[in-house]
Amino acid sequence: MKTAKTQKKSVKDIIKKYDSDKTAMIAILQDVQEEFRYLPKEALSSISKQMDVPLTRIYEIATFYNAFSLKPRGKNLVEVCAGTACHVQGAARLMDRMERDLAIKCGETTTDKIFSLEEVRCLGCCSLAPVVRISGNIHPNLTQDEVPKILKNYK
Amino acid sequence: MSKINTLEDLNKAAKRGLESIIPPKTKVMVGMATSGIASGAQEVYDALAEEVKKRKLDIILSKTGAMGMDCIEPLVDVLQPNKPRLAYSKVTAKKVPEIVDQIVKGAVNGSKPTYRMDEEDFICLNEKKPYFKGSLPKDLDGIPKISDVNFYKKQLKLATRNCGMIDFESIDEYIAKGGYFSLHKALTKMKPDEIIDEIIASGLRGRGGGGFPAGIKWQTCRRAHGDIKYVICNGDEGDPGAYMDRSVMEGDPHSVIEGMIIGAYAIGSSQGFIYVRNEYPLAVRNLQRALDQAREYGLLGKNILNTGFDFDLRIGKGAGAFVCGESTALMTSLEGKAGEPRAKYIHTVEHGLWDRPSNLNNVETWANVPAIISRGAKWFSSIGCKNNSGTKVFCLVGKINNIGMVEVPMGIPLKEIIYEIGGGIPGGKKYKAVQTGGPSGGCLPDKLIDISVDFDSLWNAGSMMGSGGMIVMDETTCMVDIARYFIDFLEFESCGKCTPCREGVHRMNEILRDICDGRGKEGDVELLESMSQGIVDGALCALGSTAANPVLSTLKYFRDEYVAHVRDKKCPAGVCKALIRFSISDEKCTGCGVCLKKCPSECISGEKKKTHVIDQTKCIKCGVCKESCKFDAIIVE
Repeated sequence: MKTAKTQKKSVKDIIKKYDSDKTAMIAILQDVQEEFRYLPKEALSSISKQMDVPLTRIYEIATFYNAFSLKPRGKNLVEVCAGTACHVQGAARLMDRMERDLAIKCGETTTDKIFSLEEVRCLGCCSLAPVVRISGNIHPNLTQDEVPKILKNYK
Repeated sequence: MSKINTLEDLNKAAKRGLESIIPPKTKVMVGMATSGIASGAQEVYDALAEEVKKRKLDIILSKTGAMGMDCIEPLVDVLQPNKPRLAYSKVTAKKVPEIVDQIVKGAVNGSKPTYRMDEEDFICLNEKKPYFKGSLPKDLDGIPKISDVNFYKKQLKLATRNCGMIDFESIDEYIAKGGYFSLHKALTKMKPDEIIDEIIASGLRGRGGGGFPAGIKWQTCRRAHGDIKYVICNGDEGDPGAYMDRSVMEGDPHSVIEGMIIGAYAIGSSQGFIYVRNEYPLAVRNLQRALDQAREYGLLGKNILNTGFDFDLRIGKGAGAFVCGESTALMTSLEGKAGEPRAKYIHTVEHGLWDRPSNLNNVETWANVPAIISRGAKWFSSIGCKNNSGTKVFCLVGKINNIGMVEVPMGIPLKEIIYEIGGGIPGGKKYKAVQTGGPSGGCLPDKLIDISVDFDSLWNAGSMMGSGGMIVMDETTCMVDIARYFIDFLEFESCGKCTPCREGVHRMNEILRDICDGRGKEGDVELLESMSQGIVDGALCALGSTAANPVLSTLKYFRDEYVAHVRDKKCPAGVCKALIRFSISDEKCTGCGVCLKKCPSECISGEKKKTHVIDQTKCIKCGVCKESCKFDAIIVE
């Protein structure tokens, strides 16, 4: 975990990178999220102060877009694709299996903070359906059966 | 690299590019679009690089985009001097040494390429260059030409002309294919109004779904009041099941950029934006590289091609909101706000981004522009059918044999896409429907299999073109579940601004969930119908007003499935968990024990070589037994 001081510094650097441009708010939040894997409350407050944008505005953006998380995420983000092609090829059953094997519900993080489970609306890999993306790697044509082995590789 | 100012400079770059497209030594290309990488192309590329280094070979190794036939990736193309270009499919790192052996020997033996290409098509230049002279080498007898492969036979690639053919990291290769010559022609030989007239005459309609004539949009934006105007590329390909825009942005980013510069000149804009979804990191990287290259060549920035025209482009990244694919929401998002749509009576061509005239087209539309400018409106409008000129790219996915991205002339019968290009339904199952147009679209059942695939015919059938996703469904797909899936998607993605969409879609989802869970009541279907009409009439934006389409179209063609769910509490396709039951066929079960081992809830029992039994009280209906049974012995009813 980053200390409060280093956290403040990286938020400052990110804002500087975008010249405190208010229209770049989404990009700034994306960079902050990439840095911390979620949007820490303190980071949002300091963006609000430094850029002179009401915190409610930032909160509106942070909650409107699905890519942002206000809760800390685990080391690995497991995203089960819920696009139409994946749905037709059994994505819902894949999600059930993930929930069972990780013992969490979609949107939650395991107690050991290793996995967060989320649903994503189409990764554009429809030809390989059903797919799951784990920490940026796409696993194609996944069957329920392969789930335990794949999760093990990320532990 | 020095800036390109004249036609001569452009020709020089093209010459360099041609030397790298058809080089005097062996070249190996790996399909490295997202789909290729997900199938293992990176490992293949690394293995190739290592093998080349180990054997100290003088070989060019390059990355290319996706050709379209995603079901045979990773794809490795080998091009040797004076020989056809050979495509090896489903290559693994293990197979690499053997392919390199073949390269060294210069002869095919062992694993055979899937198809060969005898010539390279330079669409924008209207010429074809053969890879070899004389007769076909004997060892290549029996390897089909790409034009004889069913998947490619009826295709015509315009928007995806360079995808999978050129190195997406090389601007010179793009120029060699005729790229930026259209821009040169537009800036030096055409007046803005002439360009707009050409686009109008070509009949190009917006490929993002609406099908609005692109030229008319440009003209309205050009005539709109204001000094500052914007051109925008919609790369927020949110429709699940469609990924052609990703393929173009990844595999041929310059075609989009060139189209946009031409459009900007015609409209009178000096700043443009490409809005790309958050889910497409590779597209962002490839576009960014292409923008930097174009700037370095002086094709973006001040005084482009020494004509005095200034224009620059910036990428805006989405953050995962489906509604941002809608034009007004996209513009609000580009302004750095929550992407809520605005009422449609205010036209974005007059009051768009920052309230200034803004012209938005999607990736595929922009990619068509350079081809139209170089070959002319007459040529473009000769392709396709009445009022639907040109081609359309589709993503053929779901329950279909040849999964992939296809580009076909408009007006092609659906049947040819499904059965000839797509190769029909796997496992001898029956075709049920194809879903087009994303969540706002609809389903086309078997009786419409002969329909002409164009904007107007699909619209009249209660579906729409959308961005071009085609999700094929067979008898094991439940249409009520599909409707529920889309409504659930739309409820989640509704921005919440207007009540009909926010509340109406939510209520419809509740009813559909009840129906799928076996709690459907008489009258539910009729209630869904009347609610649908309310949403169509009352919603604010295009997303809301088409939100009921998945329900309306499945009701229109598959009403009996709704009735079976509500009245008989049965799911005929065997999908809706609450209405189905798994059992094992006495006849087919061989007692192999695979299902017993794989069942996560340990509810299957039975001795070896004897019929197994499922304990219904413990079964969680996960379907693992059905997925793993090799003898098709699991019955779902």
